Amino acid sequence: MTTLKTPEAGRFSRITGIGGCRSEHAVPNEALVGPIDSSDEWIRQRTGIITRHRAGADVSVADMAEEAAVEAIANAGLKPSDIGGILLATVTTGIPTPSAAALLTEKLGTGPVPAWDISAACAGYCYGIAQADALVRSGTMDNILVIGAEKLSDFVDPTDRSISFLLGDGAGAVVVSASDTPGIAASVWGSKGENWETIRLTNSFIEMKDDPEAPFPTLRQDGPSVFRWAVWEMAEVAQQALDAAGITAADLSAFIPHQANMRIIDELAKQLKLPESVQIGRDIADNGNTSAASIPLATERLLRENPELHGKLALQIGFGAGLVYGAQVVVLP
Amino acid sequence: MAHSEADVLAGLAEIVNEETGLETSAVEGSKSFTDDLDIDSISMMTIVVNAEKKFGVKIPDDDVKDLVTVQDAVDYIVKAQQA
Repeated sequence: MTTLKTPEAGRFSRITGIGGCRSEHAVPNEALVGPIDSSDEWIRQRTGIITRHRAGADVSVADMAEEAAVEAIANAGLKPSDIGGILLATVTTGIPTPSAAALLTEKLGTGPVPAWDISAACAGYCYGIAQADALVRSGTMDNILVIGAEKLSDFVDPTDRSISFLLGDGAGAVVVSASDTPGIAASVWGSKGENWETIRLTNSFIEMKDDPEAPFPTLRQDGPSVFRWAVWEMAEVAQQALDAAGITAADLSAFIPHQANMRIIDELAKQLKLPESVQIGRDIADNGNTSAASIPLATERLLRENPELHGKLALQIGFGAGLVYGAQVVVLP
Repeated sequence: MAHSEADVLAGLAEIVNEETGLETSAVEGSKSFTDDLDIDSISMMTIVVNAEKKFGVKIPDDDVKDLVTVQDAVDYIVKAQQA
């Protein structure tokens, strides 16, 4: 029987470049407290957020993704034509089809490469890394863009006290490339559909079609339930990711969780018993929660402020609406 | 072995002290977690998870909102231990 030709396998992957796009408008707590009858102190105490950045009306998810991707490609020392695929994690384009990823092939000038959006909310970036790692190791592609980009400000309700005041806009991107040595360990990822409504939109777009009174959908969450899941169950997932990588917390140089809430980050770090030497991504204080963009943005900032982290090990974990989660240990670019 | 009501109250007071810094003597049965002890919903979840571990019980998310006073939590844990 004829043997089918398959891509070269048996190689490794690693992150070779990173870039970020931070939205231009810093929104302080004071600008949001009126409609939720709250205060700067209340928001800081419950979330650790001082400001979040939001994009202007004329800026799209694809625009922010493009800016982050251009920086990541250059940082990897590559050209757009070197990119073999684009994975864009986002839930806020407002247009389920066509994908924003497909538009990026045109905006970036990559050529007609495979491109698709990933709908995994705040775990989307880690889902993208898991897919890119598998695609590179299988020999399917040599260089893949993984982007997390969100314009959450389009889906906030100023009167909502559950999640809206946490949210910001932005994009972070990395290039995952073929490597002679391992740079991305096995991913631990999954879903928990029994908690489908724990973080959700208020209603579907289809309801708007059928009912003229239906509101534009905005985000809500059951905060205390999310906190419990994000700390104690995600601590187990994070430990599984360390085990899958064959390392312990003592081997890490950085811990970069999804920037959901500073109290989740602090409690998660406590549960993981991280050594004090481990740098923790805390971009949330002035960048807010940017869903799929938060881990690459926090990573970009950690590397900019701590250049000694280049080439060191980081544990990243994303978790959010689904509920969905994904974690892996990576070598920082 | 099941903890007595007094043991549960004392243990809960220690957990609250650890999470909030409040004196254990302030954690009385009649006190409301929110209104009297100024414990927010996130700290309440931490207290609930630590109480589950300490007393070997399960307190589902949906039941947490019914635990208004310290006595509500003590009664819930005592009952859950017998289940």
